[in-house]
Amino acid sequence: MGKERLVTIRVNGQPVEAQVEPRRSLLDFLREDAGLTGTHTGCEHGICGTCTVLVDGEAVRSCLMLAVQANGRDVFTVEGLARGEKLHPLQESFWKHHALQCGYCTPGMLIAAYDLLKRNPSPTEAQVRDALAGNICRCTGYVQIVEGVLEAAANLREKAETPHGEPSV
Amino acid sequence: MANPPYKWISQRVRVREDRRFLTGQGRYVGDIRLAGMLEVAVLASPYAHALIKSIDVEDAIKQPGVVLAITGADLARDTDPIPQFLDLPRVRWYSLATDRVRFAGEGVAAVVATSRAAAEDALDFIKVEYEPLPALADPEAAMAPGAPVLHPDHGSNIAWQGAWTWGDVDGDFRRADRVVKTRLRWSRHSGVPLETFGTVAAWNSRLELLDVWASHQAPALSAQISTVLRFPSNRIRIHADLDVGGSYGAKRGQKQIALTTYLAMRTRRPLRYLEDRLENMAAGDGHGPDRVFDAELALSRTGECLSLRLHTVDDVGAYVGRGPLQIAKCITAIVGPYRIGSVRYSGLAVMTNKTNQNPYRGFGQSPHNFVLERLMDMAATELGLDRVEIRRRNLIPPEAFPYLIPSGSRYDSGDYPAVLDKALALAAYPNLLRFQAEARSQGRCIGIGIAACIEPSGANTAFFALMNPKHKTSLVPEGARVGVDSRGKITVAIGFASTGQSHETMVSQVIAEVMDIAPEEVAVIRADSLAGIPSVPPTGSRMSLMLSGAVLGAAQKILAKMKRIAAHNLGVDPETVEYAGGVFRRKDGSGAGLAFAEVALIAHTRKHQMPPDMEGGLSELYVMEVPGGGHLPDVAGRMQSYPAYTFSVHIPVVEVNPRTGEVRFLDYFAAHDCGTPIHPDIVEGMVYGGIAQGIGAALFEKFVYAEDGQFLSSTFMDYLLPSANEIPPIKMVEHVTPGPHHPFGAKGTAEGGYLTAPAAVASAVEDALSPLGVRVTELPMTPALLLALIGNGRRR
Amino acid sequence: MKPVNFDYAAPESVADAIRLLVEARGEAKIIAGGQSLLPLLNMRMARPSLLVDLARIPGLDEVRLSDGWLEIGAMTRHAVVEAHPLVRRHAPLLAAAASFVAHHQVRNRGTIGGSTAHADPAAEEPLALLALDSELIAEGPDGAAKWPIGAFFRGPMTTALADAQVLVKLRVPCRGPSEGWAFREISRRRGDLALAAVAVWLRREDGICRDLRVALGGVADRPVRAKAAEAALRGCAWEPQIVDKTPALLEADIAPGSDVHATADYRRAVARELLVHALNEAWERVGELSPHC
Repeated sequence: MGKERLVTIRVNGQPVEAQVEPRRSLLDFLREDAGLTGTHTGCEHGICGTCTVLVDGEAVRSCLMLAVQANGRDVFTVEGLARGEKLHPLQESFWKHHALQCGYCTPGMLIAAYDLLKRNPSPTEAQVRDALAGNICRCTGYVQIVEGVLEAAANLREKAETPHGEPSV
Repeated sequence: MANPPYKWISQRVRVREDRRFLTGQGRYVGDIRLAGMLEVAVLASPYAHALIKSIDVEDAIKQPGVVLAITGADLARDTDPIPQFLDLPRVRWYSLATDRVRFAGEGVAAVVATSRAAAEDALDFIKVEYEPLPALADPEAAMAPGAPVLHPDHGSNIAWQGAWTWGDVDGDFRRADRVVKTRLRWSRHSGVPLETFGTVAAWNSRLELLDVWASHQAPALSAQISTVLRFPSNRIRIHADLDVGGSYGAKRGQKQIALTTYLAMRTRRPLRYLEDRLENMAAGDGHGPDRVFDAELALSRTGECLSLRLHTVDDVGAYVGRGPLQIAKCITAIVGPYRIGSVRYSGLAVMTNKTNQNPYRGFGQSPHNFVLERLMDMAATELGLDRVEIRRRNLIPPEAFPYLIPSGSRYDSGDYPAVLDKALALAAYPNLLRFQAEARSQGRCIGIGIAACIEPSGANTAFFALMNPKHKTSLVPEGARVGVDSRGKITVAIGFASTGQSHETMVSQVIAEVMDIAPEEVAVIRADSLAGIPSVPPTGSRMSLMLSGAVLGAAQKILAKMKRIAAHNLGVDPETVEYAGGVFRRKDGSGAGLAFAEVALIAHTRKHQMPPDMEGGLSELYVMEVPGGGHLPDVAGRMQSYPAYTFSVHIPVVEVNPRTGEVRFLDYFAAHDCGTPIHPDIVEGMVYGGIAQGIGAALFEKFVYAEDGQFLSSTFMDYLLPSANEIPPIKMVEHVTPGPHHPFGAKGTAEGGYLTAPAAVASAVEDALSPLGVRVTELPMTPALLLALIGNGRRR
Repeated sequence: MKPVNFDYAAPESVADAIRLLVEARGEAKIIAGGQSLLPLLNMRMARPSLLVDLARIPGLDEVRLSDGWLEIGAMTRHAVVEAHPLVRRHAPLLAAAASFVAHHQVRNRGTIGGSTAHADPAAEEPLALLALDSELIAEGPDGAAKWPIGAFFRGPMTTALADAQVLVKLRVPCRGPSEGWAFREISRRRGDLALAAVAVWLRREDGICRDLRVALGGVADRPVRAKAAEAALRGCAWEPQIVDKTPALLEADIAPGSDVHATADYRRAVARELLVHALNEAWERVGELSPHC
């Protein structure tokens, strides 16, 4: 029962291979097997959003997906946002607006915001709030987060930069 | 603020901590990796109250990957009970239940295994025989004669009771023209950080000490572990180079840390116990105050508050951690921002079959403010006064500071009417009233809330002695060590972990201001508990006052020493030397100067250039003490507790759907005065976040227990945390009355949002529904509660 | 919160899935999007010996038109149901219901078939399917099976699906020219399960309500039709307020419970309120073009 199996998941462009029990969540795979602890454990029942990552370019809750289900797929996490020392425009604007305090929800919040801007480069404030509603922050009251997302959106539009920090698939 | 007189203080410098969090490089307890680290899982009691007839872990030990399984009996044999903060020798508290479980979810056994999953698998093989007992989920029922007793050796469920009278309360009530009286219910809720509580512990055989990483903000942690494990505190190393994923007062983790460190000592293997969300909610000891209030306010005909009588029954849960002390904290600001001449305050801490209470943001000040502000709204209604006007009439006037309140605290400073006026201006209050009148005429239920609030800051826990005379705390120190190396580079060591208040940035700003360098040139490290830096972690909005004070003190000691070295080398009196722009030179500007780095080099390497009596090196510790502190309460229970008092006024605007009870924010205005903000973005973030938690308390959050003590709020589907959809955009204005106890005029500000918002939102909702006869006396105001109140109002 | 140690299989055909389920003798669980199942697994409230993942079976997420019906593969994700041009055009009520499901991240994984088979009485899509009088098609060891949706839900988290039967397809009648629809819900926070939710479908001709179906969620042990209210309004002059004026019209069809979020009385009251608004909205919507027409 529950024999370990080999899975290979491309994380931020790098293949990660590990023997895992089928019960291993994608979240635990990222943290324990891939050694990427930027994606955080919040509730493990799909409500708080702190474990948000992209799978094949779409935002999902990594606590609600098994590593075996992600086998052969592409996963994008907070560690993939910056290019070396150069921060992604979302990271820059979050920093400028101090859109975080304890930092625990931040990786999931960034990925959810990244996903929003990919789908909608010119969101209204209400759209930003709605898109982030699946990600709980206990520290900030969201004001500076929303400011950060709106400014990043404006910057990305102005510079006509692609928001895609994901490696090309 | 306009043209601050500082170069770095009050500036929006980049918050240095943010970068690591934005790049996924925060280092939380769950991110610690030690070779061969084991994991812990705990078996939870399904009963709220039961005797443990037998417990057998033998089969669990045989499961794959299992290293050890223990029960409460192991802890009772090998450890001392966990220290409690009230004097209750017969209430014995261990990390696992010994002979009796006292709340649903209480741990009865623990398994150590090679993975958390394997440890959980083994829990299935532990056999426990329980004899269920009647359970208590209501504090008043727990006080009734014949109620089952949780701790039979203690003899009753009352953990503490007490009463204080300050001034001529009875006389003031006799002389009053009006008395308003109400019973209020403040429901259990808490900070509920997104990171649960976690501990990593490892016996370090090389250094022969116990290494501990814990996601805590608990004062005196080494001492506590030392007591429980009967192990010297100087062989317990608590690491502070750790990021804590939110705490808001709640992360004390006494029993979790005790268990994990015990298991690490027993196995001599590195291991971790990371609560999962279910454990955290049901058994994490993280719940906040849970109170019934009976409150009376005596008033003159013109709305002048004369006296306050307040009685509270606090449901503290199954054991007594630090939570019940929250009853006494409000004594430091018992009258809020109002001139109230006399006060009687009494209370009871009652034990029930719930998880322990722990501090939550403000240490009981938020429920107290809820009571005061509900009374003010009631008084306005009774006397036919405007709700703003009655507050204005009673606010302590600016010329009255320092202002001595009946319970002995002297409020340091403030201009409350100015802040109120700024809030009203920000809200365009007259327009709001017109809008409300128009909307009401169209049948809409629009409510404008108003609440004012005092936030005591600077954390002086002298009030503990009011509830436990053995608790003689008259010192709440914070230390910082400033070192300058031989290259002239500055490093500051502080003694506690990051919980989100960006203290590293604050430290760098203070050093930059004093040393006249850029903040990014300052290194800040977090020293462990053996490094000799006295520290009480961030509690009671203390760090902007206490940590900045400590850093400033240490920096000034360094500068004084460097001035002496410079003077020695310049051949002048140290009094004639000043430091500016990186150079020590004579105040009159004459002669050559000595660069900061040159002086540092001398201090480290050139004894021959130093004054003969001087110690080498540049490293200074300064321990900041609470201004005005150092005393215990007097016999009448009066004391100067917290030193600095911040003030807030909130004006939320809501619309309530009278047919569904749904509450929608149309606006939220907040004005506050926390003295000089050291960093505006950090201050604003604290206020916004506090307001969000206050809105949660007002509308969404409650730990619900069934009558039989079963816990019904274990998941985030049951306990609702507000999202960006529920929290409105918040508009804020500040006022600055520099605090007299701080060189830059800072006060604390981390709690005010949460202290004010529940009262303000209650005021708004009641105002919206006042035409329907609704009185708000209970939080959270769920749609179902409001619809029922609307129905009752209509029937009346 | 780690699941029990189950085995995992991702068959590439429905037949293989059925074979695996049969072999597991009731100890297996089907996983579709997993957005309801994973929490149950993590909390060990579900303890299967085997998970049979339908994700690698080709064709189960197709959306297409067939003979006046919209056919939606059971593995179609909520986000696709919400945005798919065919769904928005031919079953806009269903697309609207999908938009109320949880949050974006969950809609990206969760499937309409999974949600329907999970049968949470407060879930949104089953309501729309019920109001639209949809059909469900499953395959099992004894061949294909088909239910009208009204016969599918049997109780809380309980359906007509037998062990080893796999829900493969949902069939929804395409919207006709004089039809209106509405979906309304009250939840504590947007994205939460409904305290009460209403889906309305109706046909309006010459100012008369010729036909209507009303489905209610969160107010019984399963999604229910408001039969008495339907009967009161069908073929009559339009008076949706009758639902509010005559509380008994809903009483017979609903049996709400109380929980930490709301009392039964509350659910009863807001179900009436939602229904009146939804009826009016559906009535007004007749003749309105669907998106992507």
